[in-house]
Amino acid sequence: MIKKILVGLGSCGIAAGAKKTYDKLNLIENKNFILDKTSCIGMCYKEPLIEVIDETGSYLYGKVDEKRALEIIDRHINNNEIIKEWVVKTDKFETSEKDFLNGQVKIALRNCGYINPERIDEYVERGGYSAIKKIATEKLSQENVIQEILDSGIRGRGGGGFPTGLKWRFANKSVNKEKFIICNADEGDPGAFMDRSLLEGDPHSVLEGMIIGAYAIGANSGVIYCRAEYPLAIQRLNIAISQAKEKGYLGSNIMGIEEFSLNIYVKEGAGAFVCGEETALIASVEGERGMPRKRPPFPAVSGLWRKPTNINNVETLANISWILANGAKEFTKYGTEKSSGTKVFALTGKINHGGLVEVPMGITIRDIIFKLGGGIPNGKKFKAVQLGGPSGGCIPESLIDTPVDYDSVNATGAIMGSGGMVVMDESTCMVDMARFFLNFTAEESCGKCTFCRVGTKRMLEILNRIVEGNGKEDDIERLEELGEQIKNNSLCGLGQTAPNPVLTAIKYFRFEFEAHIIKKRCPSLNCKPLITFEVDTDNCTGCTLCAIGCPVDAIDGAKKEVHFIRQADCIHCGICFTKCNFNAITLDKLNLSV
Amino acid sequence: MRVDRIVENIKNTELSEQVDLSSVSKLIETYKDKRGNLIPLLQGTQAIFGYIPKEAFYLINKATGTPLSDIYGVATFYSQFRLNPVGKHIIKVCHGTACHVQDAPVLTQALEEVLNVKDGESTEDMLFTLESVACLGCCSLAPVMMIGDETYGNLDGKAAVKVIKQIKRSEG
Repeated sequence: MIKKILVGLGSCGIAAGAKKTYDKLNLIENKNFILDKTSCIGMCYKEPLIEVIDETGSYLYGKVDEKRALEIIDRHINNNEIIKEWVVKTDKFETSEKDFLNGQVKIALRNCGYINPERIDEYVERGGYSAIKKIATEKLSQENVIQEILDSGIRGRGGGGFPTGLKWRFANKSVNKEKFIICNADEGDPGAFMDRSLLEGDPHSVLEGMIIGAYAIGANSGVIYCRAEYPLAIQRLNIAISQAKEKGYLGSNIMGIEEFSLNIYVKEGAGAFVCGEETALIASVEGERGMPRKRPPFPAVSGLWRKPTNINNVETLANISWILANGAKEFTKYGTEKSSGTKVFALTGKINHGGLVEVPMGITIRDIIFKLGGGIPNGKKFKAVQLGGPSGGCIPESLIDTPVDYDSVNATGAIMGSGGMVVMDESTCMVDMARFFLNFTAEESCGKCTFCRVGTKRMLEILNRIVEGNGKEDDIERLEELGEQIKNNSLCGLGQTAPNPVLTAIKYFRFEFEAHIIKKRCPSLNCKPLITFEVDTDNCTGCTLCAIGCPVDAIDGAKKEVHFIRQADCIHCGICFTKCNFNAITLDKLNLSV
Repeated sequence: MRVDRIVENIKNTELSEQVDLSSVSKLIETYKDKRGNLIPLLQGTQAIFGYIPKEAFYLINKATGTPLSDIYGVATFYSQFRLNPVGKHIIKVCHGTACHVQDAPVLTQALEEVLNVKDGESTEDMLFTLESVACLGCCSLAPVMMIGDETYGNLDGKAAVKVIKQIKRSEG
């Protein structure tokens, strides 16, 4: 059997150097192996990844740079020697990465990393398009399909958590010759890349979900609204659409189902976080500014071009064909009663094993971070995890055993969100994080509602003052008051959730805010204006780099002599700290306790 | 901070005859009868020039009948659209959550220093434009920056500066 090598070429793989690895392998003349591409398998912390398939099985090698690649050719391909220390995943023996892998259940990500996403045949070989064939051969009605999705209990994976089956039923009930199905691929949450991986790695699963949804609601036109920052995803989607058309999964009389026709096109976003909101997305597709519209009427009744429209998230759609093919009952075997199935999380931040994980709902945050994620690097202590991006909230250590399901997470004040999970350690300042998120939402606010437009700005002004050391006594109460008002008086989800990161940070880390405001100190040593920089007389070699770099000439000292920072003139910019190569600038060694 | 996109700050306030709008006219012909055509039209125009020249706005207004204020309204709403010329290499430093937690501001600071520009500006020789963007979706490799179609991950200030110096060298 001729050996096969699959190189993982998702966007992160390429960024980690996988293209160079692929090119190196491709240049080999008279290859005694087949070289092919695949996409992201989710094990981002081990990129670049290549899989070698030989007569004994399959072996996924990690951290394969050009040098390692050539050695794998030499030892494994040419001499049948499996280099065990480099293998991160295989069925043949346990690897060091078993914890990352064993906790996962791949439903949405079932094909990612296993197929070449530009080959529809490989998708079909793994069961793709069997669901739509099932609908045709078993003559399932629209109601049959909707009922199956309802029975599965699947809830919107974009963050809303609304039962998908119910959404489809509403759109189905609307009577109109023209209906639309839209895939929301505007993954705008910073820190989230689940949808990107799905679109790059298994675009057909999303298409099949859309086709099934279109059948269920009676739609004849489909739009995939994909953010422009994902050029590879857009390219793969377009290839997939033309392939699906060719094979009869799109177009007229799909799979012989009478009167069922569907055409899908990709609409590129233009850079607006708010367009992830359904009505703003619709406005954007219509060529307007992405400003949300009043509901009712809901999109299911009057959406795109005022016609009944159903919008679903990428991950939701990727689950649909699996549910139809395997049955709703199989789906409910995973997860909890009210949150069935699995969820894909993008585990990032201060974590050893960063990447994409798909886990059954109900797993605890502790297990995700410490079992699968391998815990916090550099021996640092876990502080909080941000769930739900700029609409979500932080969850502190005291709540780390919270199970990950819609209702339990909502109870903490955060939201499940689309799946971004950013881990923070003791060096992260929660006040700064609150400011970071608010800066984002204030910038992205469409401006329609006064409370969102002006309110987020005012909250941001207060937070900016706090991190600069100019906090006032009633700032925290002012933030809480403003936060509640903005939540209650905004038209769309952006405004309704923008204060969440700030409110949860205050709820769980009030002492940090108080330290900044009252003691003018940043306990995490992050906010430079609140840090005292001093020269460590033991380590200073008198190299003068700090003095040269100081923008206000606040550092005294002759060459080869210990330097000294004049505190009265110091502007706390931290440049001396970044310039010093001898660890001779200390941060706030005097008073760290709050 | 994004590249400046407020109408009043457009540098070239006079209409220049040198801007070759023939390709824009072709674009308009393609999209003329499609619904919701404004955004793809603006995207296509930007793909040609690297930004949207004032002349293009007037042409689109004339050809489609869409009021100029509506076109500007859309162009200034979306962060993708640029109303000023940009450098040959656009450096996008990611300031998403994961990158922020992994010290992305240090990256921007280092690049501002080596390029001698502020975030959002272009170098005098128009070789580079420095931008902060929301999230590139490569979070596991944080902090990340994108230059053109190339993504660079696991950076620190020094590594980012090295990339810039390499590009400068290759430009001669």
